[in-house]
Amino acid sequence: MALYRAHVLVCKGTGCTASGSGSVYDALKEELERRGLDKEVMLVETGCHGMCEMGPIVVVYPEGSFYCRVTPEDVPELVEEHLYKGRVLQRLLYTTPDEEKHRIPHYRDIPFYGKQRRIVLRNCGYINPDNIEEYIARDGYQALARALLEFSPEETLDIVKRSGLRGRGGAGFPTGKKWEFARMAPGDKKYIVCNADEGDPGAFMDRSVLEGDPHSVVEGMLIGAYVIGSDEGYIYCRAEYPLAIKRLVTAIQQAEEMGLIGDNIMGTDFSFHLHIKEGAGAFVCGEETALMASIEGKRGMPNPRPPFPANSGLWGKPTNINNVETWANIPQIILNGAEWFSSVGTETSKGTKIFALTGKVNNTGLVEAPMGMSLREVIFDIGGGIPNGKKFKAVQLGGPSGGCLPESMLDTPVDYESINATGAIMGSGGMVVTDEDTCIVDFAKFFLTFVQNESCGKCPFCRIGTRRMLEILERICEGKGKMEDLDLLEDLAQKVKDGSLCALGGTAPNPVLTTLKYFRDEYVAHTVDKKCPAKVCPALIQYTIDPAKCIGCTKCARQCPVNAISGEIKKPHLIDQDTCIKCGQCMAVCPVKAISVE
Amino acid sequence: MKKITSLEDLRRIKEQSKDLTSARSGGKTRIIVGMGTCGIAAGAREVMTVILQELDRRGLKDVAVETTGCIGMCQKEPLVDVIRPGELRTTYGDVGPADVPRIIVEHIVNGNIVEDKVVGQTD
Ligand SMILES: Cc1cc2nc3c(=O)[nH]c(=O)nc-3n(C[C@H](O)[C@H](O)[C@H](O)COP(=O)(O)O)c2cc1C
Repeated sequence: MALYRAHVLVCKGTGCTASGSGSVYDALKEELERRGLDKEVMLVETGCHGMCEMGPIVVVYPEGSFYCRVTPEDVPELVEEHLYKGRVLQRLLYTTPDEEKHRIPHYRDIPFYGKQRRIVLRNCGYINPDNIEEYIARDGYQALARALLEFSPEETLDIVKRSGLRGRGGAGFPTGKKWEFARMAPGDKKYIVCNADEGDPGAFMDRSVLEGDPHSVVEGMLIGAYVIGSDEGYIYCRAEYPLAIKRLVTAIQQAEEMGLIGDNIMGTDFSFHLHIKEGAGAFVCGEETALMASIEGKRGMPNPRPPFPANSGLWGKPTNINNVETWANIPQIILNGAEWFSSVGTETSKGTKIFALTGKVNNTGLVEAPMGMSLREVIFDIGGGIPNGKKFKAVQLGGPSGGCLPESMLDTPVDYESINATGAIMGSGGMVVTDEDTCIVDFAKFFLTFVQNESCGKCPFCRIGTRRMLEILERICEGKGKMEDLDLLEDLAQKVKDGSLCALGGTAPNPVLTTLKYFRDEYVAHTVDKKCPAKVCPALIQYTIDPAKCIGCTKCARQCPVNAISGEIKKPHLIDQDTCIKCGQCMAVCPVKAISVE
Repeated sequence: MKKITSLEDLRRIKEQSKDLTSARSGGKTRIIVGMGTCGIAAGAREVMTVILQELDRRGLKDVAVETTGCIGMCQKEPLVDVIRPGELRTTYGDVGPADVPRIIVEHIVNGNIVEDKVVGQTD
């Protein structure tokens, strides 16, 4: 094996691929060959670094230089300067979003990473996920070896129990306890399932783990299977994640070739086979009973529990189902011990949690934070705050089943109990940040529309109740709401929660309930004053041109997509309110700020 | 690919695979080759190639090889710096391909400075 003095890591996660990392990779390959550097500089594809906002990302080691938004045109200069002459290319380095615009030369010094604790994401962006040897070089499959060769299944289970790990799929159920139920359940045939459905809008934690470090999930499942006594497993992954599936297929194939999946693993009598089942991307199929129905080839609809999957799951056999991130924690826990893991986090919530930080925040991306860190630290210290000097308004936690929290709740620590106490949920880790320009009623309507569409229709309250709630929200946004509507919303919300079989209906009203709780004023403004304070709801706002300020440049009239603006050149213009669709494009192009919205 | 049937197998693959990722972790001995225009003109590229071959031949995995620009001592190029963890930075001048094995064996492996080639030491 040749020795490479430098490694150039190109992110091929979905985010960076979308911003063009494929052509950057090709350009690098060509340029390194042209310069005769391809024998001493290794080019590596990696998974997500988390800072998708800055993609395509290229990291050069041994210096650890973190280059952002690299284009194929930058490549010749990058190779010439950094790899040929050994000078870090300053202009492509990460710069802080604040006033000072500091250039940060080293990966680890970027504030976004400084406060993170990367346990699950330790290999993401660091290794080539398509090469099992790189995973092994980073202690991969050592945990499996220890479990199989040094510990009995009981001892392994005991480590997981003592670690305090709780399920990362949403509910936070203690993982060790769940494994014990499946282990104790009578039956010869048992299944292991990995839930990689990840249906929340804005969430991409699981996808990034699967794309960046698929073997960590495979290894976790192998250890789980050993504890429970299972010889067969499924990874249920939505077909909209083609890259994750491709990496999983490669990972499973390589593990099989090395004898890490198959019969008599590492010379023991433990055997395990692993399949991938592609889902069609329905939100409800992330619910465990619906997911199992889908694997069996049935329509993905939830079933009543009990019986719990641990006793009667796939094809009626004892089944243990865990989330991607839960599985990916397991190898690290076995390797480093229960005490190591439980030293991170809070009294009731151990370890770290990955969040997908999106919306109106400077560093959108993937963040792994120790449990107990405050929301404020995640959004402002790691996320870098709100862009363009705007004010923070609210954060939606836990996706469409979660809740929306205001500024005053930002000191809440992220752990299961504290978040639940606010009316939101930890959920799988989606975190959507909004600024002052977001209308809270409109925001709640977005999430309710999502669950309304995704309701499988089995339970009337979830199917029809969410529809009625949505109609009320639409009325309010159109300025046709009455104060009684707010009570009606709360009443219906409670009934939908109580009258639904699964947590889709059980949590669907959360965004509405939390916004009613924390932003009631804004509902009242829509209902009583017929005003949208954030100036978003079209029916409640009006764009007008101040004739004293208008210079008649005609820019707005030319921009207007519906020809609602008239006026002669060099004379004040006028907006026809009946034609106007309130898109606001005129205001954006006006050079003299003559257009306002009320 | 050979199957892994024991812990030894896994350890062996881990050892073999180490240099796949070792360049990406810090905290080890560094060799820095001057690759300014002056360095390249004086033959720094050949020196670099021999360094890489020599490290490979000796199976030295925990050494990072970096490049740097001109430091203003152009008449002494090719310049090669060696920094062992916790020790001073030693700069060697007029390094030719033939000097490389000596610097690697004496300094990198045994920890003894190759006096006749040294031009300076700094923090
Ligand atoms: C509507 C709905 C969607 C869900 N989607 C997911 C999902 O995408 N991924 C996931 O891991 N769990 C999801 N869950 C939770 C699962 O039912 C289950 O609790 C989880 O997979 C258990 O794994 P854990 O113990 O590791 O968290 C969903 C639940 C509901 C009700």
